Amino acid sequence: MLRLMRVVLAAAAGGALLLGCAQQEVVEPTVIEQPPVVAPTPIAEPEPTPRVDSEGNPLDPAGRPLGRTFYFELDQARLSERDLRVLAMHADYLRDFSNRQVTIEGHCDERGTREYNLALGERRAQAVQRYLTSAGVRPSQVETVSYGEERPQDAGHDERAWARNRRAELIYR
Amino acid sequence: MLRNATCDITPRRRRVSTDAKPAGKGRSARLVACLALAAAAPVDALEIEITEGWDSPTKIAVVPFGGPAPGGVDIAAVASADLARSGQFAALGSENMLSLPTVADEVYFRDWRQLGRDYLVIGRVSVASGTAADRVFALDYTLFDVRAGREAASGRLSFAAALARDAAHRIADDVYQAVTGVRGAFSTKILYVLVRDPASARTSYHLTVADADGHRERELFRSTEPILSTAWAPEGGRVAYVSFETGRSVIVVQDLTTGQRQRVAEYKGINGAPVFSPDGAKLAMSLSRDGNSEIYIQDLASGDLRRVTRQPNAIDTEPSWSPDGESLIFTSDRGGRPQIYRKDLKTAFVERLTFQGEYNARGRLLPDGRRLLYVHRRERRYHIAWQDIETDAPPILLTETALDESPSIAPNGMMMIYATRKGGLGVLGAVSIDGRARLTLPSRRGDVREPAWSPFLAGPNLQAPGA
Repeated sequence: MLRLMRVVLAAAAGGALLLGCAQQEVVEPTVIEQPPVVAPTPIAEPEPTPRVDSEGNPLDPAGRPLGRTFYFELDQARLSERDLRVLAMHADYLRDFSNRQVTIEGHCDERGTREYNLALGERRAQAVQRYLTSAGVRPSQVETVSYGEERPQDAGHDERAWARNRRAELIYR
Repeated sequence: MLRNATCDITPRRRRVSTDAKPAGKGRSARLVACLALAAAAPVDALEIEITEGWDSPTKIAVVPFGGPAPGGVDIAAVASADLARSGQFAALGSENMLSLPTVADEVYFRDWRQLGRDYLVIGRVSVASGTAADRVFALDYTLFDVRAGREAASGRLSFAAALARDAAHRIADDVYQAVTGVRGAFSTKILYVLVRDPASARTSYHLTVADADGHRERELFRSTEPILSTAWAPEGGRVAYVSFETGRSVIVVQDLTTGQRQRVAEYKGINGAPVFSPDGAKLAMSLSRDGNSEIYIQDLASGDLRRVTRQPNAIDTEPSWSPDGESLIFTSDRGGRPQIYRKDLKTAFVERLTFQGEYNARGRLLPDGRRLLYVHRRERRYHIAWQDIETDAPPILLTETALDESPSIAPNGMMMIYATRKGGLGVLGAVSIDGRARLTLPSRRGDVREPAWSPFLAGPNLQAPGA
């Protein structure tokens, strides 16, 4: 019951797109035992939408790759509404495939001190982690690591680069 | 190797008329001599560019020493460059000297007064013993007070060729102390991270130690994963740092003599910001093993952990010890923004130290325990600033560039070294605490960052028998 409520809540956050996922969850309980990278063959399944791409990253109901990078404002670790909708779909997938595990990397831009950024990066990763676990993903499926400002996505030193570097990345293992 | 460097310090605001020689021809001649000297030196990673000096530095001349040059090192030139780097001295290039005395009998004070010198250093190297392979040199040097016309200090050193630069730094320390009354820090070292091929797939991180003048660089550890937060043990024989060698942050203590490395903190979450206690027995650090970043103290012998902060919703990090070891300075955003706090380790009393601005972090107390150096954000730019924590005086900016971080203080409290960016490169900068002298230490091999200035070091024994 609790689990269903979470699904409903996540669906409410995710909007119409998410309803397909929620239904799939109900009708596909046996898929859990399957290796994640092997997508069900379209002929054998009643609903032939693959859940992951060739690299094992989940797809949205329309078959497009789900975003796995989430960006933050300066000094902040708050997720946007849009990010929460995407994360709700990740949560759906992770609930359905409880053998899948993710590492959430937290990153910062180069401004400010390296050690404070290490902690800020962790706070960003934990914001994503908290959302996933509160949406019903098992804590054992999610781990976090912070790289602070040490691994920028963009090597530039301007506002545009900094905005790209303040991020959390969801990495499926 | 030395870019834009001159033998004579060239302060931006100093009036040329105060010097003995006019600028122009004399200056360019000096520059050529300096470059020739530099070409003879071995290639090192760090270069020195003095960008600003005191308005009225003490004028000194270090005359080329007589006798052989041990290991090919021009000891007088190295000592002269040390003094100039402090910003407190303007050293005369040898091409502008009227005579080149190497013993007291050859010194004519009138000549040096005419050149506007306040002090004069002479010396002579001789072969004390040994064959070509294991030769021991002796060096007698004397500092003269030119105005008073008398000797101010003298010494005799004994050393093998490999220690020629140590001898030069020792002489600079001696001269500095005799003239300023403050202990010299030229025989110290700096620890830093060299990043080769930054922002590429081949990026590598090199934990490096070098003399305070950037020479004699030595790699301590190399990794394809980031290295940061370098720190010295108080006796100078060990260093601590954060390494991502396992894919996650770990704190490593490394012995400089044996090279042996020990991972002392490898907990779940962040293992960061290590700093040795003043007695060298403990390490303060930042760990998130209990959920979020908090300050801990680990006893290095027993491994016992003591938790110092308890703020589940705040970041507490970047601890550093007060010189007396009785309190910890740290960064916390418990008030909403990162600010610097101090916790008394006996009474557990916590007080906030910084109030101006929205971002003040990574505090370090000067040896006086009263001036606090930290990273200060002003108009979205990050500078190094200091303030007197016993008054309400506003912070004083020491740097004006935008991405300044990781300040580390020389053991005599006269200068600090920090990381910044210049010309698209990560470089080290050094500034005197009074803000009057500035220099940068770029590397041609990559970005340099995360500097830590060593404590005073025992160093090799250079005492001549019977000296």
